[in-house]
Amino acid sequence: MDITWYVVLSALLFAIGAGGVLIRRSPLVILLCLELMLNASNLALVAFSRAQGNEDGQVFALIVMVVAACEVVVGLGLIVAMFRRRLPLNVDEMRDLRG
Amino acid sequence: MEAEPGLTYVAFFAGAIGAVGGAVAVIALRNPFYSVLALVVHLVSLAGLFLLLYAQFVAAAQVVVYAGAVMVLYVFVAAYLGAVEEPIWEPIPGQRFLAPLLAAALFVELAIAILGTGLSALDSSGPTVHLGFGSPAEIGNLLLERFLVVFEAASMLLLVAAVGAIVLAGRQREAER
Repeated sequence: MDITWYVVLSALLFAIGAGGVLIRRSPLVILLCLELMLNASNLALVAFSRAQGNEDGQVFALIVMVVAACEVVVGLGLIVAMFRRRLPLNVDEMRDLRG
Repeated sequence: MEAEPGLTYVAFFAGAIGAVGGAVAVIALRNPFYSVLALVVHLVSLAGLFLLLYAQFVAAAQVVVYAGAVMVLYVFVAAYLGAVEEPIWEPIPGQRFLAPLLAAALFVELAIAILGTGLSALDSSGPTVHLGFGSPAEIGNLLLERFLVVFEAASMLLLVAAVGAIVLAGRQREAER
């Protein structure tokens, strides 16, 4: 089983996540798609760690999980705050910061 | 300690189909609640792939932290929001057509880069690893010795995120009064 398989799979998952961010408009689903992309990079990191035969990549993957958990906490907090203020839960209508 | 090659292929493709299917379902399902459940399928399949790559501790953390804790948070928020309707209109003309095209282009580009790479280690199934590769003991040693600064930075980041979430929720309560 070549490591290439795993890396190509991770590229596919990353592309699916990126497409999801572009297609969907609900902020919750966009956060889910960000998770998809982070997990795809995790798979690539673990695959590279296997190819190198040392565990540094696995530690990197764990740190990426920590960052993803922080992103989820803050992102979900923002979504709940938007919902409570009765703002539209649609990223295209939240365009006040648009240049 | 290599597993039988045929068996590895079966396990890999089972995990890969689960991961890709879950990822597609996250995007395709209209109800965010089902999207979250599809992401759980995706994460568990990925944990299986991590096991194939001898990353035992990362696989366990994936199931416990991600599929367990983080997804429960998502399920709560999805249930709290209820069904959010996504409008049909497109702010950018042809977005529904262009976005998958861009994603496919990204995949093709990455695949060309991976298949054409000079990294010879990728064309093998990896070097033989010692017993206990990726075990909690070894990862813990690395985290507390070589990557101690990273470990402390991660704990600091988690603290900041927790405080930030409380600030976001608390300010809201004041405004409602």
